[in-house]
Amino acid sequence: MSDSHGAYYVPQSSHWPIVSSIALFCLFGGTAMWLNDYAAYPYVLGLAVALVLYFMFGWFGEVIRESETGKYNHQVDVSFRWSMGWFIFSEVMFFAAFFGALFYARMYAGPWLGGEGKGFATNEFLWPEFAYTWPMLSFPEGSFYSAPSGIIGAWGLPAINTLILLTSGATITFAHWALVKNKRSPLVWWLAATVALGVLFIFLQGEEYIHAYQDLGLTLNSGIYGATFFLLTGFHGFHVSMGALMIFIIMLRAIRGHFTPENHFAFEAVAWYWHFVDVVWLFLFIFVYWL
Amino acid sequence: MSEAAIHHDDHHEHHPGFIQRWFFGTNHKDIGTLYLLFSLVMFFIGGAMAMVIRLELFQPGLQFVDPQFFNSMTTMHALVMIFGVVMPAAVGFANWMIPMMIGAPDMALPRLNNWSFWILPFAFTLLLVTLFLPGGGPAGGWTMYPPLMLQTGDAFPFVIFAVHFLGFSSVMGAINIIATVFNMRAPGMTFMKLPLFVWAWIITAFLLIASIPVLAGAVTMLLTDKYFGTSFFDAAGGGDPVMFQHIFWFFGHPEVYILILPAFGIVSQVIPTFSRKPLFGYESMVYATAAIAFMSFFVWAHHMFTVGMPLAGELFFMYATMSIAVPTGVKIFNWLATMWRGSLTFETPMLFAVAFVLLFSIGGFSGLMLGITPADFQYHDTYFVVAHFHYVLVTGAVFALFAGAYYWLPKWTGHMYNETLGKWHFWLSTISVNVLFFPQHFLGLAGMPRRIPDYAVQFTEWNMVSSIGGFVFGLSQLLFVVVVIQCIRGGAKATNQVWEGAHGLEWTLPSPPPAHTFTTPPKVTDSVAHS
Repeated sequence: MSDSHGAYYVPQSSHWPIVSSIALFCLFGGTAMWLNDYAAYPYVLGLAVALVLYFMFGWFGEVIRESETGKYNHQVDVSFRWSMGWFIFSEVMFFAAFFGALFYARMYAGPWLGGEGKGFATNEFLWPEFAYTWPMLSFPEGSFYSAPSGIIGAWGLPAINTLILLTSGATITFAHWALVKNKRSPLVWWLAATVALGVLFIFLQGEEYIHAYQDLGLTLNSGIYGATFFLLTGFHGFHVSMGALMIFIIMLRAIRGHFTPENHFAFEAVAWYWHFVDVVWLFLFIFVYWL
Repeated sequence: MSEAAIHHDDHHEHHPGFIQRWFFGTNHKDIGTLYLLFSLVMFFIGGAMAMVIRLELFQPGLQFVDPQFFNSMTTMHALVMIFGVVMPAAVGFANWMIPMMIGAPDMALPRLNNWSFWILPFAFTLLLVTLFLPGGGPAGGWTMYPPLMLQTGDAFPFVIFAVHFLGFSSVMGAINIIATVFNMRAPGMTFMKLPLFVWAWIITAFLLIASIPVLAGAVTMLLTDKYFGTSFFDAAGGGDPVMFQHIFWFFGHPEVYILILPAFGIVSQVIPTFSRKPLFGYESMVYATAAIAFMSFFVWAHHMFTVGMPLAGELFFMYATMSIAVPTGVKIFNWLATMWRGSLTFETPMLFAVAFVLLFSIGGFSGLMLGITPADFQYHDTYFVVAHFHYVLVTGAVFALFAGAYYWLPKWTGHMYNETLGKWHFWLSTISVNVLFFPQHFLGLAGMPRRIPDYAVQFTEWNMVSSIGGFVFGLSQLLFVVVVIQCIRGGAKATNQVWEGAHGLEWTLPSPPPAHTFTTPPKVTDSVAHS
């Protein structure tokens, strides 16, 4: 009895897991050495980047080859779906930590520092001058942190960026429809449009950061407002960059003729991820820029 | 269900070389073995740190180590035991047992599985190397509260990144377990036929995915506060150090259930076997486990009653905490009812499981005491807390892991372990662990603070008793290593079923099982599912 049909694909052995563990070890260790000003850090980080590129190309390449040679049956496909779904949920919880910090600072910590509530004496004894406002443009201990002269309003660049990301959510859906109907040329062009919109978003975010740092004096050092603003938008921007890179790779694969109308989970996984960064942005737009 | 249904494919049954098998391998059994051996090694590293702590606390005054090093010992002991011992051991059991219990050929994502394991040695290298850096290891406690944690020396970024790295491993492991259980069950293995160990692990996996990323966020904020000028946890910039505690414990409380739920699962397998009765109240066990997990997200602030919270918060978290005792009680009573009028025998796994039920309950009760806000104002940060969480984690989680190890060692190795030595290990451990931790209740109630290398002289006697218990407990664990080595090398041949009262798919396989099992899914009928 042969199990080559219908059996679950269990790869025999692979050196990629251990290579990628070493790569991340060098990346984390090298970054820690850099933060401590150890002289050897450039070598460790250089090695880390080389190893990360090596295992990314190697491991993903192997998976793509296995997929294209039909090793993954329906059950393997379902495993991938469960995994990607819960991976995205773990990312949601990562952002939840930073949104939690934002809400806690705005709902509790800030008002208490401003003298609200009973039995919270910080305001009375330490900083009686401090009045709480959000956005927080002055801080309890002004000399420790640099106060910004203004903040980024919601209805300038951020509103345009919202439109860009929402449009990119539509273009990747058009690409999916084209793939399902096996129309290869629109598939590639809609993917290219999505990548372009993603890159445009990152570019405009860069412009916004430059404006914040140079014109407004809004920096990481600008108290809790600057901290939550830059960490939330920064991690989101990093995720958009990763998403755009992944869509770019999907586009290259589409050009090479990968994916069939029935079998294209890699495409769908990336599309899920793209919609996830889109939704995170909507929360950012509402709670960081607007309200 | 017969052996004939256990098909294994001969051309896959080639024997990989040592490196291929243990470093590049994708076999769930081999990876499970790696997890368990790693956990055992870390158990002795973390244990050695505990010995340093008990040695220094044998007498008042500073004898052996300086306070900074003492504090880094308490910090590292916790990090090693939590992330290096209990969690990897539980994942090791999951790797070995879940595919065999649900009739799957392997874990759903075998390479990712190997990655989850191989992260661990590298992450712990990052963590342990900090002991040799300028400024020493992290000494602010495993909870890493700012601003104290921000005073850490060169160790700081290494610790933060080690936590990130370990988080990768845990989240990938959890995703793998979810994909395996939801997608790889054999035909007929419906959810309500799953062994309780599998149920406990699915629920744990969801806890991991929901809570570990929050810890990653919290330590990221610590990192940017120290190196990039942010003020998340600095009131001078509008932040709040208490905010760290909220975010940390939003992770931290689910984390304690991540440590104990797999232990519940193991005990729920062991007790029915040696009672020769089906588990009492299977469905209520499933619902109780799920309820505990769900509620664990709404009780975090009971770790911070004394930090300064509005009264409504104190009350909410007190009542929410105490209500977790209800589903936990359901589990305890179900185990007792399983034993009631059973045909009991007391082999080593059963001894550890019975001790677990009793001693974990003691830890549960002291937890209830700590959950009462006004009482906690007295107990907070005393040795009473230390006694409490060591009862739930040592006589709870670790005892259940021992029960599981003795229970499944014959299945894994094909040999029976040495029952005499096993019993010695049990009795020495059980007596010494109580000598070790029970007096700490008294010390705490009398006011001895935790994480302090020196203490007032009136605490001397019970500290001496506790230290003696600690040394005996530590040495007793060497017996376990002897048992494991003996069992791997030889011993009486184990049958397929191993234990007279054992039921389930894993007991239909040979002992030891061949490298690949259930490559063709078995048909699950009611008679082979959990009884």
